[in-house]
Amino acid sequence: MTGEENNNHAYWRANIRLMLVLLAIWFTVSFGFGILLVDWLNQFQFFGFKFGFWWAQQGSIYVFVILIFVYTARMKRIDREYGVSDDEGDA
Amino acid sequence: MDAQTLTYIFVFLTFSLYIGIAIWSRAGSTNEFYVAGGGVHPIANGMATAADWMSAASFISMAGIIAFMGYDGTVYLMGWTGGYVILALLLAPYLRKFGEFTVPDFIGTRYYSSAARLVAVVSLIAISFTYIAGQMRGVGIVFSQFLDIPITWGVIVGMAVVFMYAVLGGMKGITYTQVAQYCVLIFAYLVPAIFISIMITGVPIPQLGLGADVLDGSGLSVLDKLDTTLVSLGFTPYTDGTKSTIDVFAITMALMIGTAGLPHVIVRFFTVPKVSDARRSAGYALLFIALLYTTAPAVGAFARLNFVDTVHDTPYTQVAAWFKSWEDIGLIGWQDKNGDGRIQYHPGNAFEGKPGFGEDRRADGSRRLTNALTDNRNEVYVDRDIMVLANPEIAALPAWVIALVAAGGLAAALSTAAGLLLVISTSVSHDIIKMTLARGLSDKKELLAARISAAVAIVIAGYFGIFPFGFVAQVVAFAFGLAAASLFPAILLGIFDKRMNTAGAIAGMVSGLAFTVYYIAYFKAVAPQLNSAEHWWFGISPEGIGMLGAALNFVVAYAVSRSTGKVPDHVLDLVEHIRIPKGVERPHEH
Repeated sequence: MTGEENNNHAYWRANIRLMLVLLAIWFTVSFGFGILLVDWLNQFQFFGFKFGFWWAQQGSIYVFVILIFVYTARMKRIDREYGVSDDEGDA
Repeated sequence: MDAQTLTYIFVFLTFSLYIGIAIWSRAGSTNEFYVAGGGVHPIANGMATAADWMSAASFISMAGIIAFMGYDGTVYLMGWTGGYVILALLLAPYLRKFGEFTVPDFIGTRYYSSAARLVAVVSLIAISFTYIAGQMRGVGIVFSQFLDIPITWGVIVGMAVVFMYAVLGGMKGITYTQVAQYCVLIFAYLVPAIFISIMITGVPIPQLGLGADVLDGSGLSVLDKLDTTLVSLGFTPYTDGTKSTIDVFAITMALMIGTAGLPHVIVRFFTVPKVSDARRSAGYALLFIALLYTTAPAVGAFARLNFVDTVHDTPYTQVAAWFKSWEDIGLIGWQDKNGDGRIQYHPGNAFEGKPGFGEDRRADGSRRLTNALTDNRNEVYVDRDIMVLANPEIAALPAWVIALVAAGGLAAALSTAAGLLLVISTSVSHDIIKMTLARGLSDKKELLAARISAAVAIVIAGYFGIFPFGFVAQVVAFAFGLAAASLFPAILLGIFDKRMNTAGAIAGMVSGLAFTVYYIAYFKAVAPQLNSAEHWWFGISPEGIGMLGAALNFVVAYAVSRSTGKVPDHVLDLVEHIRIPKGVERPHEH
C-alpha cells in the first residue's frame, strides 16, 4: 500500500468512528427516549411536558439538528488533519 | 376586505413571484436543468430542500393527524426529520463527490450495469408518482375551500404554474422558486401558530406554549387539560398512543430511511459546490424543516383543544360558522343520534364509511346523511386534513391570516410537486433516453427531451390530482416504504460495502421492492378487511413494512454478493474516490 492509500484508509476509519458515535446518539434520543423508554420517562415532568412525550415530539428533533452541525464541524477538522479537504485553500 | 378577496390577492402575488423567478433563472444547459449548474449556496439549498421536502402532507395534513393521534403522531415527527441525520452522515457527501446528475446514475455506474440503472429508474418513478398524487390533491383542497374554484380547475391552474418554472427553469428555476416558497410557507405556518399559542397560553413561542398552562384559570397545562378532557369523553389520553411499540418503531424507521432514499431529496445535494457544502446544507435543511416540525405538535394539540371546546355539546344552531362551511364541502358530517339538537363528540366512527350526503337538509339546516349509523355515542365525522386550514377560523383570527395559510399550503404542495416532476423528467431524459436508448445524444437534444418529459409528467400528475386516491398523508406514507426498501440500501451498500456487486444490488432491490409492494397491496387492496394488528406480520402495519423490506434488501444483497463475482478494479477505484472529499469536480460559473 502506498502512503496515500494508508492515509486515506486512516481517514476513512476516523470518519466511521465519528459516524458511529453520532448515530448511537441519534438512535438513543429517537428510538430510545421517544419510543422504547417513553412510558418510563413519562413519570418525570419537564417544562410542563411528560418527559418521554417531550423527547418524542420536541427533543429528538432538536438533537437531530445539532448532530448534523456537529458532524459537519468535526468532519471539516478531520478532512484537514488528513489533508483530504475539498477546500482549495488547504490543498 | 373579506378572506376570499385577500386569498385571491395573496395567491396571485405569490404565483407572480414564482413565475418571475422562473423567467429570471431559465436553464441553458442540461447541467443547469438537472443540478442548477452545481453552484447553489448551502443555505439557499437548505431552504430549497426544506420546501422540496415539506409537502402538502407536512403543511396541511400533519398537524391534523397529530391532533387526532396524539402521541402516535410521533412517527411522522421523528420519521420525517431523523432521516436527515442518515442522509447527512451516510449518503449526501458521497453522492456529491460522485458528481453526476441522478440517483439511477449512481446506481448504474457503481454497479456497472444498465439493468441496475433501470431497476433504480423504475423504483424512482413509482415512488415519485405515488408521492405526487398527494400533492395535487392538496392543491385541489386549498383551491376548492378558499377560492370556491372546482378542484379540477384548481389543479389545472397549479399545473400551469409548475409547468412555467419546471419546464423553463429546470433545477435552477425550481431551486430559486423553492427558496421563495419556503419563506412563504414557513411564515404562513408560524403566524397562526403564534397567535393561537398566545390566545390559549399567553406564551408566544408555540414550542413552549405546548408545555405551558392554559389561560382558563384551571391551572392545568395544555397537555394535562387535553388528557383529562379526552379521557372524560372516552378517548385514550393524548400523551399515550394506541399503536403498539413495535409498530411505532417500524413506522418511524421506515419513514426515516425512506426519507434518506427519496430521489427528489437526494438530488438536491448534487446542486451544491463541494462535499463539505453537502454536509452543511443537510444541516440547514433540517434546521429549516425543524422550525415547522417542532411547531406542528403544538398546532395539533391547540387545534384538538379548540375543536373539543367549540364543538362538543354545542347546539347545532349555535355552532361556529367554520363547522358549517366545512360541512358544506363534505369534510365534516353530523348525525344527531340522540335527538337533543346538540353535537356530541366521542371516540369511534359516528357512522359507517365516509359521509354520504342526501339532497335535502334537516330542519336545523344541517346536511342529511345517508350512511348506516354505528351504535356508539359519537355524532361527528371530521376529515383530519382540514385542521390546519380551519385553524385560523376556529381561533377566529383576522382574514389576512386565513389568506396567508391558503398561500402557504399552495407553496408547500407546488414546491414538492415541482421537485418530484424534475426527478421524473431527469430520469426519463437522462437515464432512459440518453444513457440507455440513444447514447451520444447532444446536450441540446437531451435538454429538449428533459423539457418534454417534464411536460408529460405534469399532465400525468394533473390526472392524479383530479382523480385522487386516498388521503394526502396516507398515500405519501407508502412512497416511503418503497424508497426505504429499494433505493436506500442500494445506495448505502454502494458507498460502504466495497464487495457489493451487480447481482447483489439488483437481487436486493428487486426482493425489497417486491416484498413491500406485495405487503402493502395485500392489506390495502386485496384483503383490506384483514388490515389489523392480529393479521400483520410481527404486528407491523403496512405503513411500517418498509423497515422489513429494507432489512430483506440488505440480507439478500449481502448473501448474493458474497456468492457471485468480484467487483472490477475501476469500480473499487470509484468507491475509494467518492470516500475522499478532495478533488471534487467544481461547478461551472453562471
